[in-house]
Amino acid sequence: MADYRKMWQDLGMDLEKHDEFLAAVPDIYGELFVSQQKRPAGMEYFDFVMSEVHGLRVKELLDKKAEGKKVVSSFCVFVPEEFVLAAGGACIGLCAGAQYSVPIGEKVLPRSLCPLIKSSLGFKLGGLCPYFEVSDFVVGETTCDGKKKAWEILAQYHPTYVMELPQKKGEADKELWLKEVYKFKEKVEAETGVTITPESLSEAIKLANRRRKVLQRLYDTRKHDPVPISGKDAMLITQLSFFDDPERFIEKTSALCDELEDRVAKGEGAAPKGAPRILITGTPMPLPSWKMHHIIESSGAVVVCEESCTGTRSFETLVDETKTGLNEQVEAISRRALNINCACYTPNTGRIDDILRQVKEYKADGVVYYSLQFCQSYSVEYHLVEKALQEAGIPVMRIESDYSDEDAGQLQTRIEAFLEMIK
Amino acid sequence: MGSTAAKAVLLKDKKILGWAMIPTGWSPQKAGEEVLQRAVDAAGITAADIHRVVGTGYGRVALDFLDKAVTEISCHAMGANYYFPENKMVIDIGGQDSKVILVNKQGKVINFLMNDKCAAGTGRFLQVTVNGLGLELDQLDRLPPAEPVNINSMCTVFAESEVISLLAAGTAKESIVAGLLKSIAKRVSTMAGSIQENVNVTFTGGVAQNRLLREMLARELGVEVMVPPVPQIIGALGAAIIARNIG
Repeated sequence: MADYRKMWQDLGMDLEKHDEFLAAVPDIYGELFVSQQKRPAGMEYFDFVMSEVHGLRVKELLDKKAEGKKVVSSFCVFVPEEFVLAAGGACIGLCAGAQYSVPIGEKVLPRSLCPLIKSSLGFKLGGLCPYFEVSDFVVGETTCDGKKKAWEILAQYHPTYVMELPQKKGEADKELWLKEVYKFKEKVEAETGVTITPESLSEAIKLANRRRKVLQRLYDTRKHDPVPISGKDAMLITQLSFFDDPERFIEKTSALCDELEDRVAKGEGAAPKGAPRILITGTPMPLPSWKMHHIIESSGAVVVCEESCTGTRSFETLVDETKTGLNEQVEAISRRALNINCACYTPNTGRIDDILRQVKEYKADGVVYYSLQFCQSYSVEYHLVEKALQEAGIPVMRIESDYSDEDAGQLQTRIEAFLEMIK
Repeated sequence: MGSTAAKAVLLKDKKILGWAMIPTGWSPQKAGEEVLQRAVDAAGITAADIHRVVGTGYGRVALDFLDKAVTEISCHAMGANYYFPENKMVIDIGGQDSKVILVNKQGKVINFLMNDKCAAGTGRFLQVTVNGLGLELDQLDRLPPAEPVNINSMCTVFAESEVISLLAAGTAKESIVAGLLKSIAKRVSTMAGSIQENVNVTFTGGVAQNRLLREMLARELGVEVMVPPVPQIIGALGAAIIARNIG
């Protein structure tokens, strides 16, 4: 890796802490990812992206900014990145999956709060995340009470724009969200000084859709037995999709999919044929949260799908590309969020349908319901999901955890017992 | 290989030939070898007579002489089935975790729950808080009957300070002990109720030796709670049954 220390320093980061944080990554990454058997060759690109995670991509974004373009960051798949892309900017999803930044977040947040929120604020407060520093503003949303209130604190440290998300999916809610989407378009235009046209928006819609489609193509390969790619690698790609340059990401992921489809045709797997297949559903696993996948896959099973925001929820729903007028396009963009089944909605029966469908599509033997500690919406929603899965005869186990490793031993036992149970 | 005690059971067909139990100490590997040797001595056989060894418990990964490692959840289910095959639920309170297991008549796990992260409602919780009263676990059943005081905290650390406050307020030791046991019974029965209600229970693990807790658990659950002769060795017994069944 090139020397980025000057860049980080210019961004106002805490070099000492940042060194300490990054120093642990190569060993962990080596143990969890590089050491895997029968890895597809196409993972080499993603290994490179990871090795440059706070380097090359940040430099690219800085170069973009030097040309007068804007960088917008967010934490949620609902944020309509199409407008940012149409205005020539870059939209990135921020890191929020590290234990290291949690205690820093706890300086301003209560301990009994979702680790994702604590980690994300910790990254900003600790000067640990170059993506935070490079972004012109952060887009928050009202998906949960914890986030909603945390934006008020974040705004003290970084320009923060909040979108109000509806809690239901009725007509009034569609209207509310459409208005919010319009307001966001205006915000982006004001920040960038670029007027979004039907042509530029159409290009942006197609680009964002292409990125979603290539992820779908990747996940489609996971429906086969033996599975051609490990769950860890597949999720890593989804995690990196939030950071990488979209065009390059599409190109490299497509090339990997060619290889994976070839593997499927030859019956080659990253895990042995017949390995127990697990679907994980629940809260997101932002970079670098790999704990659950690692425990499951080192217990002899394979993760075949993530029904989460760092999984299918980020790409299964596309924006209608056939609309041509600006107003119709904006409406099409606003519809996407209302077709995603997040626990922030009530009711949210669509998520149960998604899980049942995906269990079939990905031929899952069991479901692990993963919920971050203190996540009320996903923890409460477990009851109805469990009931539906039990009625369908699908084994399910609930795990509540955070980003620390202190419960790794217990989780290992529970996962192994679950695998013994579904055998 | 439990977090507190290591146990070994030798099984031939359906007969327990011998068993042993020692503290795990700091080296699970050493404790594993030693407890197996003691069980061999107790059975009056030689190590060469052993066909297969299955290990379980948190220390199972530390043992290098195993034919197979199986989780304590599957083992407790199988071991409980040896004594009470009709019971649909197993509650195990071990040193560092408590679990509720639903089983079928063959001793296979249907569903299970385990406490998250902390030691709330476990053997360790009881040991730490009871030691704070200057008592040992085996003395609890000999205390005079008393009305349980309300213990609100299930966190081991907080419960300890709650106990200190109660002592300072002049609350009788036996009332505090009864309160601690009741808080465990309540917590475990909430866990049990969230997977299945109104089924008879086999209660295993070291904590199951406590008569008061057994009675409180039965009252909270409203079902019959049955305890095998030596509840601490049920996980090891289950492992032995699984070892026998492999063949």
